[in-house]
Amino acid sequence: MSGAIVALSGWLETLAGDAEPWASYARYLPRIVDGLWLTLELIVVSGLIGLALAVPIALARVARAPALWMPAYGYIFFFRGTPLLVQIFLVYYGLSQFETLRAAGWLWDEVLSKPYWCAIIAFSLNTAAYTAELLRGAMLAVPRGEIEAAQSLGLTRADQLRRVILPRAFGIILPAYGNEVILMLKGSALASTITLLDLMGATRSVIARTYMSMEFFLLAGVLYLLIAALFIGLFRILERILNAHRHAPRRAAAPRP
Amino acid sequence: MTSTSLPALEVVDIHKRYGDHEVLKGIDLTARDGDVISIIGSSGSGKSTFLRCINLLEQPSRGEIRLRGETLALRPDRHGELQAADRRQLERMRARIGFVFQNFNLWPHMTILDNLTLAPMRVAGLDRKAATERAEALLVKVGLQDKRKAYPGHLSGGQQQRVAIARTLAMEPEVLLFDEPTSALDPELVNEVLGVMRALAEEGRTMLIVTHEMRFARDVSTQVMFLHQGRVEEFGPPARVFSEPESARCREFLSSHL
Repeated sequence: MSGAIVALSGWLETLAGDAEPWASYARYLPRIVDGLWLTLELIVVSGLIGLALAVPIALARVARAPALWMPAYGYIFFFRGTPLLVQIFLVYYGLSQFETLRAAGWLWDEVLSKPYWCAIIAFSLNTAAYTAELLRGAMLAVPRGEIEAAQSLGLTRADQLRRVILPRAFGIILPAYGNEVILMLKGSALASTITLLDLMGATRSVIARTYMSMEFFLLAGVLYLLIAALFIGLFRILERILNAHRHAPRRAAAPRP
Repeated sequence: MTSTSLPALEVVDIHKRYGDHEVLKGIDLTARDGDVISIIGSSGSGKSTFLRCINLLEQPSRGEIRLRGETLALRPDRHGELQAADRRQLERMRARIGFVFQNFNLWPHMTILDNLTLAPMRVAGLDRKAATERAEALLVKVGLQDKRKAYPGHLSGGQQQRVAIARTLAMEPEVLLFDEPTSALDPELVNEVLGVMRALAEEGRTMLIVTHEMRFARDVSTQVMFLHQGRVEEFGPPARVFSEPESARCREFLSSHL
């Protein structure tokens, strides 16, 4: 892959000669592409972790026991109510204040002192809060009768959740979740504030050398747009697969309860 | 069908109150194997609530439920309503009591076949092959074998209700409860569902049917129960209840519904 990028940049360079901005685009293409990969990686990794965290948080949020719903409520309230930048700084700069953490050995050396993992942690916690809130709403929107049907057949609570409530809830949140991923993509540019060379970080480092702000921020913008378009397309396909039952043509409308 | 001396279902002295309002004021019912008991009454008489209390979709405030002699262990929660003392027992008993809803309540994200195989696989412990065979036989029985791959949203209301009946039958329940199974249907779709229910009654299934279809109740039932304001006002074989009801209220109700 990187070989192809180098070849592409070489080809662009011969094509452009010294005409700007093409010559600079060609020269810095590998660096920008590296940033683009890092951005994608941040979104995919923290998106998956966030999704996995969102399920237990949403379950706790809809629980009746205060010991469960109150912490979940507080978590969602905090992460939705504070800027992502503050959350990133809290993880990256804030945690280093704690002596015990710095002495935690592997956890500190390999994870908490690394900007990459700090960004992953902050993004995951942030998107988990939004996704949990989406899931909560969707779980409450699953028609009561569908759950009663599962109960009346003797399904355990765990099976009701796994087979009926959660699959229905995921189907319901899918369009809104696609939106959340797009928001996360744009928020990921903040990773550049803690030294990461994601698409935004790479772009800024190139501009520091070339002084071509307009040209390279514009390039970054176009690339962000392309990633966004990619995710929108991906979610459209997912929607068609996972919500097949909603899209198939209806011959006769069922009466609504 | 093997007949044991124990009745399939016994419900004793069911009470249900919402706050100060008592909707059920002590209802008893015994269903022996092969009984088809229609429960009729005007809306608000408590007939649906009574049916839902039997498998604890609604929590009774008082009473006892016995399935083939096994008593469902109940204990009051902090609101004074009865809850299953043992979730496992409740799940076991629910698996033996089929329930058909007014609004079908099929799972829209699953195909018809998956709707029919989920409980047999997860609750009755059948493997996929056995569950699928059972489901396909039931779809033939309700006349929908060509719909196995369809989603509930593609079917008409009558077809959905037939699938819902098949889903219930897939658990081979000992008693079937029907909660106004045709009330959500367009008039021209009612008969296909009643036809399936009639066939089940003729097979000797034990059924409790809350219904507004008086002709059907008269033709198919072995017993008819008329509820009024949470009490049993009239109970007996349909020939007697429909032609010479003792209660004036029952007579009045029937004259406006027949």
